[in-house]
Amino acid sequence: MKKISLAVAAVATMVSSSVVSAYADPVDDKLVIDGQEMITRAPAPEGHPFKEVLSGWLFREPETRELEADSFQNSGMLYVERGQEIWNTVEGSKGKSCASCHNDAAESMKGISAHYPKWDADAKRPINIELQIDKCRTQNMGAEAYKFDAPEQKALTTFIKYQSLGAPVKLDLKQGEMQSWWDRGKKEYYTRTGQLNLACASCHEASMGKHIRADHLSQGQANGFPTYRLKQADMVSLHNRLRGCIRDTRAEMPKPFSDELMALEVYVTWRGTGLSVETPAVRQ
Amino acid sequence: MNLAGILVAASAAAMCGSVAFAAEIAPTDVKFEDYAVNASLTGVAGNAEEGAKVFADRKLGNCLACHENKAMPKQLFQGNVGPSLDGVADRWSPAQLRAIVSDSKKVFGPETVMPGFYSLEVGINVRKDLVGKTVLSAQQVEDVVAYLATLKE
Ligand code: HEC
Ligand code: HEC
Repeated sequence: MKKISLAVAAVATMVSSSVVSAYADPVDDKLVIDGQEMITRAPAPEGHPFKEVLSGWLFREPETRELEADSFQNSGMLYVERGQEIWNTVEGSKGKSCASCHNDAAESMKGISAHYPKWDADAKRPINIELQIDKCRTQNMGAEAYKFDAPEQKALTTFIKYQSLGAPVKLDLKQGEMQSWWDRGKKEYYTRTGQLNLACASCHEASMGKHIRADHLSQGQANGFPTYRLKQADMVSLHNRLRGCIRDTRAEMPKPFSDELMALEVYVTWRGTGLSVETPAVRQ
Repeated sequence: MNLAGILVAASAAAMCGSVAFAAEIAPTDVKFEDYAVNASLTGVAGNAEEGAKVFADRKLGNCLACHENKAMPKQLFQGNVGPSLDGVADRWSPAQLRAIVSDSKKVFGPETVMPGFYSLEVGINVRKDLVGKTVLSAQQVEDVVAYLATLKE
């Protein structure tokens, strides 16, 4: 069966070189938002499977890229405005707003979310911006935590992340037990789920740059979240997106903010080290 | 075999008036030899026309998610995660195609991105209503294989 083994050998070569050959497609273009150039390509940190990390923006169609580059056309900016109103609104039994403690977000929140998730010593786990907001609401404002993906949660998260627009993503894995959460997230990233038996890496590493149906597969970076999705005409949170990707493997979806998804957020965010925060990014 | 599968097999058998219910091979009993599955999974010959439907249907094979196929020019958005299937029957025999569609990992190795369509070696946390079920039925695999066998250049 010489012919077959040759064919198998050829396929094996294709597989082993797939990460390299898939490198073709992302566009060579610059993303400038309100005069500030975003870092959409960055040298990968040590231990990363790729040499270069690439923003999802580079994989989108010209019209979609254009929408993100123009703040007047970017519908995500409406959520930034709404988030600013919430920032200044008094809520809860203690009669406080976010601004009561943090004043002007443009100063107090500048660059902050480029370093999230970060270790939370009280919760003894990593928290993201959504969970930090809930912590402030319950502990400092006497208000209730938001329900997952409540419009207010998405708007306020978008507003806070927007204060870091352009800042390069950089996690501190030395805090607390961040490293072990990173380890767990990495393991999850390469674990195949569902009846279709696919891992994050099947689509965003082995098939990066290729098309799955109409979708151009990016590296699956987290730096643009929450993102404005044209398909949904709404903001999409990171955990919503991760759940959607997992659902598409025909698996049960983990709960939002579960240990499983927080570990994945830590690891996936690290995979985008050096990319600018692009919130609110625009995606299909 | 699920109910739909039984109905399809039964009506196929009734139509050609042949011996009813050739034994269907369970997903765990499929025999892979030299990157091929020689025995039909059902004993009922595959129907290429049905196979073309299963191939394109997003809820069934959804093969176009990952493969281009010039023989289906009306189907938009053909993916390229896997190789183009143009002329695939010149490269692989039906028995090899049956192996690839049933469980591609047995042919390309455990790292392949292609799902197994008649295999229970799947990922973790399978959606509850799909536990113990294959993506395609045995007859759907036979039909897809019959369709692939028509793709010659
Ligand atoms: C079956 C293929 C598939 C799998 C498996 C998959 N994804 Fe995705 N993912 C997509 C597609 C398609 C998109 C939209 C296009 C793009 O940005 O790549 C996407 C988008 C994303 C995005 C948004 C990127 C951006 O720039 O907006 C993130 C983050 C992401 N995926 C993470 C993950 C993680 C983490 C996993 C594993 C838990 C995963 N994906 C598994 C197909 C997949
Ligand atoms: C999620 C992606 C994906 C889906 C869905 C998929 N395949 Fe594949 N397929 C691949 C990849 C990737 C390869 C190449 C093998 C490798 O590189 O591991 C492949 C290889 C093949 C080959 C061998 C092609 C050659 O020229 O050597 C055939 C035949 C094939 N697939 C048929 C199908 C059929 C039929 C379906 C649907 C029932 C299907 N595939 C669905 C990803 C996919």
